[in-house]
Amino acid sequence: MITVHYFARLRELTGKGEESLDRAPMTVEELLNWAEETYPGFGKETIHVAVNEEYALKDDVIQAGDVCAFIPPVSGG
Amino acid sequence: MKRYEIIDQPIDVQKYSDLVLHPAAGAVTVFTGHVREWTHGVRTLYLAYDAYVPMAEKKLAEIGAEMEAKWPGVQVAMAHRIGELKISDIAVVIAVSSPHRKAAYEANEYAIERIKEVVPIWKKEIWEDGEEWIGAQKKYPEKGSES
Repeated sequence: MITVHYFARLRELTGKGEESLDRAPMTVEELLNWAEETYPGFGKETIHVAVNEEYALKDDVIQAGDVCAFIPPVSGG
Repeated sequence: MKRYEIIDQPIDVQKYSDLVLHPAAGAVTVFTGHVREWTHGVRTLYLAYDAYVPMAEKKLAEIGAEMEAKWPGVQVAMAHRIGELKISDIAVVIAVSSPHRKAAYEANEYAIERIKEVVPIWKKEIWEDGEEWIGAQKKYPEKGSES
């Protein structure tokens, strides 16, 4: 299983803070595509993915047990 | 005490200033970022911040390490508050000590710019007639702590 976290706008769009996916292994790009299909309006073009608390590249592979987070444009400070 | 943290309570500025003070420090710069009422003519009622807490604290620590590498001798402590914040509340504090003031000023400004680029924290502005999550990421953040 892969754990995925949602924050900010995405938490409101999906109505949840996290969920589990039984799709490992998959690439970061495949995860973004899945999210866009599952949640219309997700906006994958502007969203980055963190895998195990580190920014990942689109062709990085996500393994079972990994913790992922969708990172929309940040606005701290 | 943690030098890099995300908290959901009011920020005690003195605590972070005290954390970086030591006998060899000749300067401490403390930056506090506050909730602003007016942005481009639009009145904000209050803000709500969300964060991916463990990753945000890790990224703050990475920024601190970048600062220590760029300005040898600086010590850093930073905190960002999440949850609902009122006008004038402190959202972020950055305390930097160094032997001489120039590095303390420069490193402090570097920190807030990096926070706005890479730390997973999000701000929602709540107005009289609506609300919106704000965000304007400039580029895909690079892997690791490279700037």
